[in-house]
Amino acid sequence: MAKYDYVPSPFMANSIVKWVDHRLPIFTLIDEQLVKYPAPRNLNYLWNFGSLAGIMLVVMILSGIFLAMNYNPSTAGAFDSVERIMRDVNYGWLIRYIHMNGASMFFIVVYIHILRGLYYGSYKYPREILWWLGIVIFLLMMATAFMGYVLPWGQMSFWGATVITNLFSAFPIVGEHIVLWLWGGFSVDNPTLNRFFALHYLMPFVIAGVVLLHLWALHVHGSNNPLGIDAKGPQDKIPFHPYYTVKDAFGLAVFFIIFAYFVFFSPYTLGHPDNWIEANPLVTPPHIVPEWYFLPFYAVLRAVPDKLGGVLLMFGSIAILFLLPWLDTSRVRSARFRPAYRVFFWLFVICCLALGWAGAMPAEGVPLLVGQVATVWYFLHFLVFLPLLGWFERPLPLPASIAEPVLGGGKAGMVAATKPMEKA
Amino acid sequence: MAQPGSTTITEGEGRKHPDGTTRRDFLYLSAGAFAGTGAVLTGWAFIHSMNPAADVLALASTEVNLAPIAVGQAITVTWRGKPVFVRHRTAEEIAKAKEDDKAALPDPQPDARRVQKPEWLVLVGVCTHLGCVPLGQKPSDAKGDFGGWFCPCHGSHYDTSGRIRRGPAPANLAVPSYAFTNDTTIRIG
Ligand code: HEM
Ligand code: FES
Repeated sequence: MAKYDYVPSPFMANSIVKWVDHRLPIFTLIDEQLVKYPAPRNLNYLWNFGSLAGIMLVVMILSGIFLAMNYNPSTAGAFDSVERIMRDVNYGWLIRYIHMNGASMFFIVVYIHILRGLYYGSYKYPREILWWLGIVIFLLMMATAFMGYVLPWGQMSFWGATVITNLFSAFPIVGEHIVLWLWGGFSVDNPTLNRFFALHYLMPFVIAGVVLLHLWALHVHGSNNPLGIDAKGPQDKIPFHPYYTVKDAFGLAVFFIIFAYFVFFSPYTLGHPDNWIEANPLVTPPHIVPEWYFLPFYAVLRAVPDKLGGVLLMFGSIAILFLLPWLDTSRVRSARFRPAYRVFFWLFVICCLALGWAGAMPAEGVPLLVGQVATVWYFLHFLVFLPLLGWFERPLPLPASIAEPVLGGGKAGMVAATKPMEKA
Repeated sequence: MAQPGSTTITEGEGRKHPDGTTRRDFLYLSAGAFAGTGAVLTGWAFIHSMNPAADVLALASTEVNLAPIAVGQAITVTWRGKPVFVRHRTAEEIAKAKEDDKAALPDPQPDARRVQKPEWLVLVGVCTHLGCVPLGQKPSDAKGDFGGWFCPCHGSHYDTSGRIRRGPAPANLAVPSYAFTNDTTIRIG
């Protein structure tokens, strides 16, 4: 952990706190990492989304555990047990709406969190492992949400599961065996539903474990900040509490208002009505779509007319994120000082939205073409534009320190023209 | 290091062979190999527990009575949790399937190798792309551009022999293993 001039908080003098802390230094941990923990003084609201994601994980685990108390993981009983949760279980509807819409909120939060990282270059030295752990969390979240969506055993649950598990059959030789193994039978069926439930229950706790590693890595070098330059000393930092605890709490309140709007007034906007039809292995719905948060990847999958090619490209679209710290050759972190990258960043956002739109449409005509163009752009962005930008772009002058533009009226700091980012 | 002539033996070294290895190296390696093999074998038990279980495998055959299926009609039965299409083909459909043996097929296979009796076409009704059930069983269904089946999920067209003709699916609709137990009954699986 980062060492700083740590002065214990007053509560550390309490005799009970001292007694416990001497045996298990949990109060020291809290005080050092959450209370006195020095954070850059200039974090904006985009830095709220990490704590929002953590809180969403807690919300999902709590609502999920209470759902599991009334859920029946069998093909004969799953659909009815979810209906029972909705109609007969006291506040079952509320718990389920929280869980259903919570998954969507969780993904919105994490997508913003990731885009924040892209914009401010948070994946660069020395935060590469922090970035990797984030992608691992994202992958685990996708697996969790995918398996969760199978549980209510509606038509989209069943056919989504069928299509996605069949992706693995694209791999030569082993593909068919993998699919049989995933299913535990010859189609998506009772054994599949059972294991998906077991894993859906487990994975969020695995995510929680990786989140701890993510935070550990974060606290070694501390948060990046909107300027993307390293803190030079204590004048660049403020203690986490009360400054960021209050800022996080305020953001959380705003976020919960939006979340509550969906839960209470619009619980189905983000879902698909076909999931109110019980799974039928003999009838495929005319138009299978995954949940909205998977649509961009679904569009990549369908952009190529070749089965294996589509599957590889889809996995590749996430795998490429692991290489990002090296594909981006610029030494300046924040897009604020990268005029060209800023343009490409927004084009990339548009590209992802276009993929999402194309993924929701039938794969033909204009949507297919849009999906293909956006897929090409997606990969060009990482493989060509980012490496080249680092060479050709002329970054704006970086301020000399975080405190200077804030405290020193700005001008003085701007003198340190195009000094390359310091690697402290 | 043990000094020459001294009796002290540093922990973990034991008596050395001239080439520098010790008996303890052997113990480390053999114990490690033993534990590693055990871990892999135990791991396999857990992984294999997720493969289809004995009861699932035991349910793997279905009998179908063909007598009530009129010419031109098709029925769907369930086998291993999947739909199986049984189509009583018309003379035109058979002729078309044979004629198409010469067409450009993505997954070439003559019609004769896909049927036991030309009038009875038996297929696993699962699109070889990503597993949707193609349309074409009901008279009102879209049958695609080749008169067989059409998969709405990503647009695969199958012909009157269940062969893939156009679209993302890589292979023909699979023919399950089946046998005629008498003239009007088949056992699938
Ligand atoms: C990362 C955290 C989680 C995510 C992203 C997630 C996502 C989902 C999704 C998308 C659904 C389908 C909702 C629907 O359409 O009805 C679902 C259902 C379900 N989840 Fe979770 N979940 C998470 C954590 C958990 C946990 C920790 C548990 C249990 C301990 C749990 C138990 C359930 C149950 C029982 C269902 C089926 C009932 C239903 O469909 O409403 N979930 N989950
Ligand atoms: S599953 Fe049939 S075309 Fe994709």
